[in-house]
Amino acid sequence: MANPVESEVSRRGVLVGGTATAMIGVLPSGQGQAQPASSDAVRQGFEVSFEVNGKPYSLQLDTRTTLLDALREHIHLTGSKKGCDHGQCGACTVIVNGVRINSCLTLAVMHQDDRITTIEGLGTPEQLHPMQAAFIKHDGYQCGYCTPGQICSAVAVLDEIKAGIPSHVSADLTSPPELTNVEMRERMSGNICRCGAYSNIAEAIAEAAGSKT
Amino acid sequence: MRSFTYERASLAQEAAAKAQETPGAKFIAGGTNLLDLMKLEIETPQHLIDVNGLKFDKIEKTEDGGLRIGALVRNTALAADMRVRRDYGVLSRALLAGASGQLRNKATTAGNLLQRTRCPYFYDTNQPCNKRTPGSGCAAIAGYSRQLGVIGVSEACIATNPSDMAVAMRALDAEVETIDAAGRTRKIPIADFHRLPGDRPDLETTLSSGELITAVTLPPPLRGTHIYKKVRDRASYAFALVSVAAVLQRDGTGRLAVGGVAPKPWRIEKAEAELRGGAKPFSARLLADAKPTNENAFKVTLVERTVAAVMHEARQK
Repeated sequence: MANPVESEVSRRGVLVGGTATAMIGVLPSGQGQAQPASSDAVRQGFEVSFEVNGKPYSLQLDTRTTLLDALREHIHLTGSKKGCDHGQCGACTVIVNGVRINSCLTLAVMHQDDRITTIEGLGTPEQLHPMQAAFIKHDGYQCGYCTPGQICSAVAVLDEIKAGIPSHVSADLTSPPELTNVEMRERMSGNICRCGAYSNIAEAIAEAAGSKT
Repeated sequence: MRSFTYERASLAQEAAAKAQETPGAKFIAGGTNLLDLMKLEIETPQHLIDVNGLKFDKIEKTEDGGLRIGALVRNTALAADMRVRRDYGVLSRALLAGASGQLRNKATTAGNLLQRTRCPYFYDTNQPCNKRTPGSGCAAIAGYSRQLGVIGVSEACIATNPSDMAVAMRALDAEVETIDAAGRTRKIPIADFHRLPGDRPDLETTLSSGELITAVTLPPPLRGTHIYKKVRDRASYAFALVSVAAVLQRDGTGRLAVGGVAPKPWRIEKAEAELRGGAKPFSARLLADAKPTNENAFKVTLVERTVAAVMHEARQK
């Protein structure tokens, strides 16, 4: 079994990092709380390497750092949003090894060697991903906060349908799922939009999927 | 979140031994429920043992013609497996009725069985809760109890088990395979896996210290009509008020487990003798010992009506 990696957090990491890193610096030593076993290892951090949008990263992290915080506060890819931070809203949705997940409900250290795609890796302002272009065309947002998660989720939903994964609303479990509005809405239910842009989001996904429903 | 140390396990028995000997250690796999609770400091492990590297991610045929589902098989992969879709439709349907696409992609078979209640008083650390803080009392019984349990509950706790998957597995008579710190393996019938709260609602399963789930096995496929019906406040991405997992036969017999009403998937085999008489006598027998609150008494009626709807649907197929 692997032991916690022993190394120091750099001063720069503390200065430029966000809350998760900063907490390493402010933990009192020899605190009388109930976790004496972990305080040393917490200060030392844990090393993890993964690929984000095609680029390799190697980070030294407090074990508590979620993948979302690692992306936003350490790699400074702030496209993925922190909405509820409890897996209820979907604003943090990213694609890991081809599969969409809530990046707020997973620890960064659990992603050694993984390939992560965020909204920044799908397209650029000059060269939009077809799903991004469809969201713009159909006004699939108002405030935009949930949009990166909606788009990452939608891109992965089309792959899930292509892979034949059924959903709660699929009438027949054993035949390939269809690209209907009802299917899209069910599959997107983990992405909340409090502006209520759902009908436009559904139209954008339908266009990107090439369906007319 | 409280601080913790972290390691990646590569051998099951070693992981079980480490979990047993390390104070405050917990396994982590999908992490979707555990991390949620750690952020709220409801769970405060001092050490996490990441079991994702163990090779329990396959679904295989068993010698008797059933299926052996590795503990780490993700909920999406299990629901989408063609053998499950074809031969265990009730399980596929139950999984697809639970959580969101993102969560199902991460959540594991074993983790789903071990997920904790969503009782609002368990989640609110300002409230007393015998499950979270043994001996502190139960704020739910006289509180907002609409979503909570009506049967199998106690004076100490009326929380429900939130799993959809487990309800289907109970109807299918699945078994939970484990390994302990000494390398001993055993199979626990799903009926015996979750405990009733009694005066110790903090003890939720019959697993011993450090014992690690390695797989869930399903018996050979059950012929008949497989139905999972979930009644909830939203059409998607909500926990069940009541759910019914059923495998029904043309002659009116069958198996039927109910979710959303008890601290574990609720099934009484003897009540199934009443199924041919219809939903009313069956539900009356199944919920004979119900002790609902004023706020959740509607669930007793809702079970009967959901069972009736399931029986009706089965007759149409």
